[in-house]
Formats: sequence, structure tokens, C-alpha cells
Amino acid sequence: MRSSAATDMEYKDYYKILNVARDATQDQIKQAYRKAARKCHPDVSKDAHAEAKFKEIGEAYEVLKDPEKRAAYDKFGAHWQEGQHFDPPPNWDAGFEFKGSGAYEKDPGGFSDFFESLFGHAQAGGRQQAHAFRMKGEDHHAKVVIPLADAYRGARQTITLSRPAVDDNGRVGTSPHTLHVLIPKGIIEGQRVRLEGQGLPGYGDSPPGDLYLEIAFQEDRLFHAEKRDIHLTLPIAPWEAALGASLTVPTLDGQVQLKIPPGSQGGKKLRLKGKGLCSANHRGDQIVTLQIVVPEPTTDEQRRLYRAMAEQMPFNPRAGLER
Amino acid sequence: MTQQHVYIQGTILNEETRCSLADLCALCGVSTEIINEMINEGIITPEGPSIREWCFTAVAIKRVQTTMRLQRDLRINLPGCALALDLLEELEELRHLTRCR
Repeated sequence: MRSSAATDMEYKDYYKILNVARDATQDQIKQAYRKAARKCHPDVSKDAHAEAKFKEIGEAYEVLKDPEKRAAYDKFGAHWQEGQHFDPPPNWDAGFEFKGSGAYEKDPGGFSDFFESLFGHAQAGGRQQAHAFRMKGEDHHAKVVIPLADAYRGARQTITLSRPAVDDNGRVGTSPHTLHVLIPKGIIEGQRVRLEGQGLPGYGDSPPGDLYLEIAFQEDRLFHAEKRDIHLTLPIAPWEAALGASLTVPTLDGQVQLKIPPGSQGGKKLRLKGKGLCSANHRGDQIVTLQIVVPEPTTDEQRRLYRAMAEQMPFNPRAGLER
Repeated sequence: MTQQHVYIQGTILNEETRCSLADLCALCGVSTEIINEMINEGIITPEGPSIREWCFTAVAIKRVQTTMRLQRDLRINLPGCALALDLLEELEELRHLTRCR
């Protein structure tokens, strides 16, 4: 059964989505789909919207690969724009019989309202129906971007995922799914949190799948993480490097005092133990890299100071370059 | 404003995570035959002296799951998945290095 209750539906330009001409051959469409699928696959692409794009090209291919669906779709004409408000004309599909309706190859829950109002909803179970009536729901994978401070201390995150839901008539649509999740202290980039039973619903009376949240870190102005260690570049004055100093340094745990030993060179690394991402059994440190910043002399007196230094300190910084 | 939410605590898959062959199969929804094929292809390597004592890391769990998706969505065969996974890993390292510069 097809629904005509689409209220605010946008036109989808499936040719544009697959980047093919309207008169492309079936082979060209297949090649364009395969190329786009490889590029946008969520396991391959770093694009934050890869998952949505991958679903979109799957939907476009579902229509264009099937000559009958494609012919029906083509009847709307070429003057529609992607995203334009769209209501299918009554009886637009007269004379077409869609093969395979109700059991799509790709995840049916991911298809748009546009697709579903034209080509029908898939029954719950979709492509798995042929294999087993009872089947655990699919796992859902999502990325969560958190600030470094949250990884350091642990945090509470509220996330909203769009996922398929089955209504009373057994039809599949998407609905937002909000979850409140504890992000454990000391989690590092690339690690995952598994939430049992929070994936897609099961078929029959089987249990739902699991949700996997992969952690990524927000860009930070000061710090960057390498595994469990937090790196900071610390600008210091030449006299602080030469004479030693005790400086206030930011960490994810707030300000701490750091002793710069006398005679430190630029690039020297100092370690603040335990100020990285620590979990129950693993310690991370903060690594401070010294960067000597030379003040520009702006007055005669300041230039005189530099000259006095040059005269009184015999020093060849390029001694190592001599052959 | 002071609405109380129930926060779910998941299982962290980190460097301490180890699971048995049976756990790995259950987590990824695959048979032991498929896992064996992946081991033979070098996609994952078990730790432990014998099958009974085999254990797998969080990285192995992820590699099995990614392999299943690459096979399903892109029709890549097992050697192709092994290559793709290694290249993706290398790409991730390089991306990280350029970000740190």
C-alpha cells in the first residue's frame, strides 16, 4: 500500500544524487552508484554526513536501477529541483507495477518520505524476511564528538539519533531517538562504547541490536591528544629558557606550576605525569613542548641589550653545521 | 528545568577489552567459520595458545564488524577487506599526524 499522507515532502533528484545524466544507460547508473558507494561509505569516508549520503545514493539507485521504477519517476519530468516541495499527482503510477515492493535490498527504514510515498513502505523485516522470521535487530553505529575535558573527567551526553521505527501497521519510518549516555573518564579517540539493546529493533520477538558510539574529539585551541597523552606547546621567553623558571601552565585539570630547567632549548619536552587521559588501569601524561619566542626589540635601549648579549656571549648556534 | 534523565552506562571497548571466540561471534552476529576465514586472511589475529583460550581485542571486534559491512555494502571480498582495513588504518594515522602539525 502506498501512502498519500506526505505533508511536507521534498523532491529528490536521483540523477543529481548519483551524478548521472537523465539519459544515462543502466550500466552508467550502476557504475556511478558503485563509485559513489565506495566514496561515501561510512567506514571509508570521514565526512560527518557520510551515513546520510550513503543512504541517499542507495535510495537513488534503488529507483534508477529498476527500469520500471525509473520510468515512473521520469514521468514527473526534468523541471523539478532537488529539495523543492513536492506532491505526487493523483494516479501518477497508473500502469506501473513495482517489482519487489516491500522487500528492498538496502535498509528500508533509511529511505526518505519522498521514496516511501512513491514506491511504498517496506514491511517490517525488509530484506531479512526471506532468511528468518525471528532475527536480532541490526547494530547501529554512530560517532560522538566530545570536548577533551569530557574525556578527561567523564561526562554525561545527550545524543539524538535518527533510526527506523515500526508503526502499528508494521510500516517502517524514521523517528528521532534520544539517549542519555555516560561517557567514561579516560576514554580516548577511536574507542567505542557499546550500548546493549539500543540498536535497531529486532524482528518477530527477537531482541534489538546494539548501539556502538565511537568517540572523536573536538578540535581544541590549546591541546591535542595522542592516544592517552595530551600535548601542549608552551611559548617561553629566551631568559626563561636560559635561566630556568617556574611557570603556570594550563592542563585539562586546571592550572599547574611547571619548572623549566635552566638552559632549556626550544623543542624540549617536559612531562606532567597523570595529566593526560587516565582510565582505571592506564595513565596518560601531559607533554609540554617548549617554544622559545624571541621578543622583537622596538627601542634603542632594547637593541643595545641584544648587542651587549652578542658581544658578551661567544655563541655559534650553527656549530653543528660545520663539515 | 531540573528534569532527571536516566543515563545509560555502556561497555567501553578499550585496550583492556578481551573477548572469547563465542563472544566475538555473538557481538558481530557471525559464525565461527567466518571468524576462521578472517583469521586465515590476517584480518584479525587471536591471542592465546589454543582455540579454547583464544581471546580478541576491541580492535578485532571493530575489524570484524567493518569487514561485514564492507562485504555487504560494497561487495568486497575477504582479501579486499583485509587490504581496505590496513589502508584505512594507515590513512587514519596519516590524518592524525597532519592534524597534529
